[in-house]
Amino acid sequence: MYETKYHKPSDVASAVSLMNGADDGKFLGGGQTLIPTMKQRLAAPSDVINVAGLSELQGITVDGDSVTIGAGTTHAAVAASADVQGAIPGLASLAGGIGDPHVRNMGTIGGSVANNDPAADYPAAVLALGATVNTNTRSIAADDFFDGMFATALEEDEIIVSITFPKPAKSAYAKFDNPASRYALAGVYVAVGSDGGVKVAVTGAGGDGVYRDSAMEAALSGSLSSDALASVSVDASDMMSDMHGSAAYRANIVKVMAGRAVDALG
Amino acid sequence: MSNEGIGARVLRKEDKKFITGSGRYTDDVTLPGQLYAAFVRSPHAHAKIKSIDSSAAKAEAGVVDVLTGDQLVADGVGNIICGWMIHSKDGSPMNMGAWPAIAPETARFVGEAVAIVIADSQETAKDASEKVIVDWEELPAVSTTAAALADGAPQIHPEAPGNLIYDWEIGEKDAVEAAFASAAHITSMDITNNRLVPNPMETRSAVASYNAIEDHFTLYTTSQNPHVARLVLSAFYQIAPEHKLRVIAPDVGGGFGSKIYIYPEEIACLWASKKIGGRPVKWTSSRTEAFLTDAHGRDHVTKAEMAFDANNKITGLRVSTDANFGGYMSLFSSAVPTYLYATLLSGQYNIPNIYAEVKAVYTNTVPVDAYRGAGRPEATYVVERTMETAARELGVDPSELRSNNFVQEFPHQTPVIMCYDAGDFQVSMDAAKEAIDYAGFTARKAESASRGKLRGIGFSSYIEACGIAPSAAVGSLGAGVGLWESAEIRVNPVGTIEVLTGSHSHGQGHATVFAQVVSDRFGVPIDNVQIVHGDTDKVQFGMGTYGSRSGAVGISAITKALDKVEAKAKKIASHVLEADESDLVIEDGEIKVQGTDKKMLWHEVCLGAYTAHNLPEGMEPGLKESAFYDPANFTFPAGTYICEVEVDPNTGVTTILDFVAADDFGKIINPMIVEGQVHGGLAQGIGQALLEDCVYDENGQIKTASYMDYCMPRADNLPSFKVSHSETLSPSNPLGIKGCGEAGAIGSPPAVINAITNAIGNNNLSMPATPEKVWTAIQEAATAQAAE
Repeated sequence: MYETKYHKPSDVASAVSLMNGADDGKFLGGGQTLIPTMKQRLAAPSDVINVAGLSELQGITVDGDSVTIGAGTTHAAVAASADVQGAIPGLASLAGGIGDPHVRNMGTIGGSVANNDPAADYPAAVLALGATVNTNTRSIAADDFFDGMFATALEEDEIIVSITFPKPAKSAYAKFDNPASRYALAGVYVAVGSDGGVKVAVTGAGGDGVYRDSAMEAALSGSLSSDALASVSVDASDMMSDMHGSAAYRANIVKVMAGRAVDALG
Repeated sequence: MSNEGIGARVLRKEDKKFITGSGRYTDDVTLPGQLYAAFVRSPHAHAKIKSIDSSAAKAEAGVVDVLTGDQLVADGVGNIICGWMIHSKDGSPMNMGAWPAIAPETARFVGEAVAIVIADSQETAKDASEKVIVDWEELPAVSTTAAALADGAPQIHPEAPGNLIYDWEIGEKDAVEAAFASAAHITSMDITNNRLVPNPMETRSAVASYNAIEDHFTLYTTSQNPHVARLVLSAFYQIAPEHKLRVIAPDVGGGFGSKIYIYPEEIACLWASKKIGGRPVKWTSSRTEAFLTDAHGRDHVTKAEMAFDANNKITGLRVSTDANFGGYMSLFSSAVPTYLYATLLSGQYNIPNIYAEVKAVYTNTVPVDAYRGAGRPEATYVVERTMETAARELGVDPSELRSNNFVQEFPHQTPVIMCYDAGDFQVSMDAAKEAIDYAGFTARKAESASRGKLRGIGFSSYIEACGIAPSAAVGSLGAGVGLWESAEIRVNPVGTIEVLTGSHSHGQGHATVFAQVVSDRFGVPIDNVQIVHGDTDKVQFGMGTYGSRSGAVGISAITKALDKVEAKAKKIASHVLEADESDLVIEDGEIKVQGTDKKMLWHEVCLGAYTAHNLPEGMEPGLKESAFYDPANFTFPAGTYICEVEVDPNTGVTTILDFVAADDFGKIINPMIVEGQVHGGLAQGIGQALLEDCVYDENGQIKTASYMDYCMPRADNLPSFKVSHSETLSPSNPLGIKGCGEAGAIGSPPAVINAITNAIGNNNLSMPATPEKVWTAIQEAATAQAAE
């Protein structure tokens, strides 16, 4: 690891001012991506600003028809939350399947969503559930937030404070692990909104990061069953291809996982 | 006799230390004035060094020096050796290229060291290493044997034209041709044995210290064989003569073969410690460096053909293998695809004619050497994949085809050197079939089918050669060393016992198992026995631990030394008790005169040896004996493994539902530890079959240099194994031990692949059988079926 300056600000405002004063600063959430990257000397931020513990970023609140999760909430806390389990069991289950216990007890929802790793799980849930990403300056709709691999609508000095998920009628996530990293080789989140609308978001597989599959959404809007997906074809040319899964294989897995997510809706 | 003796399932003495994180490993060693090394490594698979500019790095605060390969060569540090001479078919010696510890002119694989930076902290050394500017001239590179052997391939070493190290053969070619000419059936296979990275939990590390006043070196290092390291460092690398070099391998966290070798980094740290004036230099490999520099394993491409007569008896086996050696010849690399591989191609079978030819090939990849099993997994994979395929082609039960061809009389001389001295292969086959309920498989397959799943079952009947090795025999085959073992037993005046052994424990449990052998002999508790190993200043000599040799060879040396101690103790007791030696027995910590109530306590005899007040006329005081043991033959562990899998046709995911290992390891000292060895070996073998793959691109860049991409087996990839043992004693060592360390890794891969190919109905499947490969094979089978 290269030498860096570590900061632990007491509130969001000081975190932002530290970022603005840094040559090449990085916000640190649970550190599950940034720290390993730095240890491999692949990243060399001048300043690391730890925001995960900020009080503004804590807490899970259920408010009528939505659940708001503080950005500093760990995956383990989301998975274990009775509120999340009751309101959006698919989301609690997704959080409980991220990485391993070490990752789940350190990694945060804000860090995961801000990083937008193309194989991360949370972006699929944010997109399919039509969540709103609340930052220190504004609220961003999920459809406007993700902007291709590792890219988001966030400004350099913008911090995710919380994410608000509307309660769906039902939702479920099915994931196929990359055998080595156990990130998603393909993960599909299917949500039926309170208005009955179906959203399908795919992570891990798309050539340009997390995306919504409109053909699957249309098919499932007609008939909410895995059989309805039989006629949908996933275009391999839209898929990522690497040594762990060719585009053709990922296209197949996306379809299989979508079917499993639909079956899990209950 | 003791309840902690041979056969007792006692808990491991070393576990308290290791489980509580209290082990003392090389990286835990910190010496006064210690500096840290970082290596500048080649980013290219093949490139000429035009120049190296170290000025910016040397100017960094805290940097002591930056040293290069030119300096190392100029100081007379010898090139890294390969210790086993192989001759090609035409009688010419193998073509070995030069391997300086730090490359002076040309880098031949990504990660090869081209400079060493010495600084006052690890971070400073690493920072400065990035400021060393190497002017490279990139050269074309190859990563596969096929590319390296192709016309016009880049020449990697001037000493090896066409990148061919040797073209070796074994067996009678004409006899095999004749067998094939009259065969009723021939099964042909193209087989790839995938490349693996050993991945011991502890990465390599070295703390090298030169004392200028004493003109003496000390090296703490992660070694499976510290005496071999000292021998090679002294005799070939000219670091220092043996009496001026102490090598200590303290606690070592796994080796699997990869810590047999003396690597460039250890050599460079020793040289640098003296070069900079005598301060200790520490280097500890990062996990990335481990992927880039630890000797890899396997990487064979093979064509195999097996001939059968009309009674389904094997009449001939013909094998042609290309073995990838990487950019340099590692210490035992030349022996692996020859005498550790082709000599096992007879498997458990009576095969009258075998011919094998092996090409050893340089490529621009990390050097390849012995890795858990070393040649024997490759042989087993060839033989057992071929047997299973033949059974399918012949329409016979795979277990019956095997049984029909099993060697049943011993000793059995194979056509490929090995003489199997003992075994009962059908016993293991029967035990394995019963344990997995082979008869019930059809019903289980139907049940899986009712859930839309494909169920399959696969066999593997392996044999291996352990107890490495009879020194004269291996010497005649080209080995540069003898492969005996030594032991020393020091009985203290109070009756406690120290065992100094040339074997080295890096996870095997020697502290427990060796103590059990002593306890069995003298009836002392294992707590009164201390095992000392891993220090050339303490242990007289040793060849170390690899090739499942510590039981068959290491314990045999201990047994010989125990014989001498027992004989002397009895002489003393006989003198004191005024009884005939032949009437004495040692049990429960006492030396008794049989048939009387006369006896001495064990510690009374020991004390007597040291007080020397009442010893037999002319006897030297003390109770300390040593022995060297040279094995009479290899030992031949063997067994049958059966794997049962279920495949999800939608995703290609394979689940191992059941795995049975029925082994014959000869005499077992501690069944619990043996089961642990089998479990670990099975995990590695299943890892090779399903998960692990070291991938290079065509330009020699490694694509799997972290756990994000290199898939290690994890607990949830594995079933709860069903392990059982039968026992035929090895006639070649005193206790009848055969060895168990590698069997799991040797026997399991073909069982897994045979099971999957049985499930999916497509035999065209290579390791690792990833979900994508299995899914693709299922699609192929469906397409082929549709076309019919």
